[in-house]
Amino acid sequence: MKPVLSLRGISKSFPGVKALQGVQLDLFAGQVTALIGENGAGKSTIVKVLTGIYQPEEGTIEIDGTPIRFASAQEASRVGVTAIHQETVLFDELTVAENIWLGHAPRTRWGLIDRRAMRAGAQRLLSSIGATLNPDLRLGDLGIASKHLVAIARALSTDARVVILDEPTAALSHKEIHELYDLIETLKSQGKAILFISHKFDEVFRIADRYTVFRDGQFVGDGAMADVTEGQLVQLMVGRSVDQIYPARSHNIGPPVLTVAGYSHPTEFADIGFTLHQGEILGFYGLVGAGRSEVMQALFGITTPSKGAVRIDDQVRVIRSTHQAIAAGIVYVPEDRGTQGAIRGLPIFQNITLPSLATTSRAGFLRLAEEFRLARAYTQRLDLRASSLDQELGLLSGGNQQKVVIAKWLATKPRVIILDEPTKGIDIGSKAAVHEFMAELAAEGLAVIMVSSEIPEVLGMSDRVIVMREGRIIDEVSGPRMTPETLVRAAAGIAEAA
Amino acid sequence: MTLLKNREAVLAFAILLLVALVATRFPAFVRPANLVNVFNDTSPLILLAIGQMIVILTKCIDLSVAANLALCGMIAALMNGAGVPLPLILALAITLGAALGAINGLLVWKLGIPSIVVTLGTMTIFRGTIFLLTNGAWVNSHQMTDGFKALPRAVFAGLPVMSWVALAAIALFTVLLTRTPLGRSFYAVGGNPHAAVYTGINVGRTQCTAFIISGALAGLTGYLWVARYAVAYVDIADGFELSVVAACVIGGVAIAGGAGSVAGAVLGALFLGVINNALPVVGISPFWQMAISGSAIVLAVAFNAAQNRQPGRIILKSVEAR
Repeated sequence: MKPVLSLRGISKSFPGVKALQGVQLDLFAGQVTALIGENGAGKSTIVKVLTGIYQPEEGTIEIDGTPIRFASAQEASRVGVTAIHQETVLFDELTVAENIWLGHAPRTRWGLIDRRAMRAGAQRLLSSIGATLNPDLRLGDLGIASKHLVAIARALSTDARVVILDEPTAALSHKEIHELYDLIETLKSQGKAILFISHKFDEVFRIADRYTVFRDGQFVGDGAMADVTEGQLVQLMVGRSVDQIYPARSHNIGPPVLTVAGYSHPTEFADIGFTLHQGEILGFYGLVGAGRSEVMQALFGITTPSKGAVRIDDQVRVIRSTHQAIAAGIVYVPEDRGTQGAIRGLPIFQNITLPSLATTSRAGFLRLAEEFRLARAYTQRLDLRASSLDQELGLLSGGNQQKVVIAKWLATKPRVIILDEPTKGIDIGSKAAVHEFMAELAAEGLAVIMVSSEIPEVLGMSDRVIVMREGRIIDEVSGPRMTPETLVRAAAGIAEAA
Repeated sequence: MTLLKNREAVLAFAILLLVALVATRFPAFVRPANLVNVFNDTSPLILLAIGQMIVILTKCIDLSVAANLALCGMIAALMNGAGVPLPLILALAITLGAALGAINGLLVWKLGIPSIVVTLGTMTIFRGTIFLLTNGAWVNSHQMTDGFKALPRAVFAGLPVMSWVALAAIALFTVLLTRTPLGRSFYAVGGNPHAAVYTGINVGRTQCTAFIISGALAGLTGYLWVARYAVAYVDIADGFELSVVAACVIGGVAIAGGAGSVAGAVLGALFLGVINNALPVVGISPFWQMAISGSAIVLAVAFNAAQNRQPGRIILKSVEAR
């Protein structure tokens, strides 16, 4: 059988990162191909190449054996490649029918939109996927599963031949997931070639006919699902040569600093309990959406948990606001440093002293000299390159902005520092510097929590690793059990191999 | 920061140029007594612009300032009629203004309603309240006591009290914004509200505080306005909120929040004040006055936009090292 769509030798790089290196991918009519890989393996990048959002530097894309180039997203959709994303991109204020036909609505002979044809077409497309939605409903009034149906109907309205489903079940309930499976069967029977991206092995084994595995932007292998076991897939996903060097750690672990027990939130997580010691780096691993960042945000007072206790040095601390968290000695360096960490319009020194103003001011008045002293002390320690501390933060490079954000927190002299995906999106060189620095912090007796989705980083840096899945702690791994296989199995919910 | 200072220097230069131009045709305009008059005339605008500037810093806007001024002014006049002593009237006008500001602030903070909607609503409510209090009747000069009317006009060391109040507010709020943690948090909240939350700043409360300051200044100005012009009625300072916002915009206060200064807002107000006072003297029709004020707003915004254009990414090593 010939593939409908075939990619060969595709490479794509971004400044400092090779996102894809000569990967290949084949999609066949009437078959579901699962694309499997860890976070950062290049799955999202290949989707963007397939839908014409990124143009690869090297490699060929063939449709029915004819080479083709997608210069834009419109071109990809014209030749019949369409993607349904994790967060579907639709318009809440428009009706179902309008969403389905937006951009290519049927026209009357006067060039106006033919509302009747649009409605009828929407009805036909929806019923072809077994959906019974009223095309006149406002999209915003629908649930997430119904929105998916609309997105799929929209995909079909362009006569798509290749349908990409990017983690479609991430936000769905159990029942809705089963309806989606039925829908995928329908699409298969209509001869569509389907690319299915998922982290969940049970799903992949249930609906995929073929698999392709990427690792670190490279193609690792492909084949029929019938010829492979879960164990072999895990092996393909994680089996790597550890080429990155992690700094030597002192592992000088002191008494407990932070104790969390029975920590629960109405919708985000339940029964979280762990102890963090002085000088320790505790890793939190899990799939995206496992609830790790949500737990950290509650610990930092951004959201309010429903029950559970937080103790620092054996004293119960009530944390209902970020202010209380900082006072209790907990600080959080968020994942999205651009929007949550830095205030680009303020000078460097003001960014650093913002949470420490209580200590740098006297009798309610700021003391600028004191602020400069504090800022200088911490920027020197982090080796910040800036012409002056009076410079606007926005004028610094990304790596240096990050240093300012970290300096800001260290200046509050915290007991516990939570780093959420500390090396996400930064180049290898800066990564090593961040790792070095984390090791230093721990050696100085700070208690560190590191949330990371990168297995090598989690294993290379942590003393212990807590694995979360679906809002709960699934496993706590330390010592000889700290292997890639253990983490992946726990995070994906696969029983440990005998 | 140097950029901001430049912006204010440019504005100060523009004002001087304008004054010089007027002086060539009408030398009496630059006599100290007249300049004092211009400043005194502009004082209400300066007071409200300072409050508005702080609100805009926090990514909000207060359209109800002029209505707040009118309501507090009317109540001050009514209290005067009821025989309330002047110091108490002053204190109550400021408190009432702050309370009205707090209504705006609480609606923005607790219910998360966009400030433009909240203050558009309260603007009408405040004006309506004046009507309910008076049935549309005016409080005229002869119904006010002499002491009530005299205070803003009383002259100390060559300046009327009205001007002294404006100068005191300039000094007070310059210190508040540049030398206190609260002032710093106004900039942080407007500069990046998400980051401010993660830094332990209560964004809603900070915004509410800005509205209270703006309201208190409007309340104080309400008394000064009514006493100086010796009349209070439903429509005093009608549409004045737009001049106040214009003064801020001309003064380089970023409408998206996070950037601005007391000096900028004051210079913006003075610029409008000079135009309003000078053009009639030079014999330019009121229609041209509006056109010139309007052009100044557009020019100021264009100038700020050009100054704020994002620099490109710094990739070249040589540039970064500089």
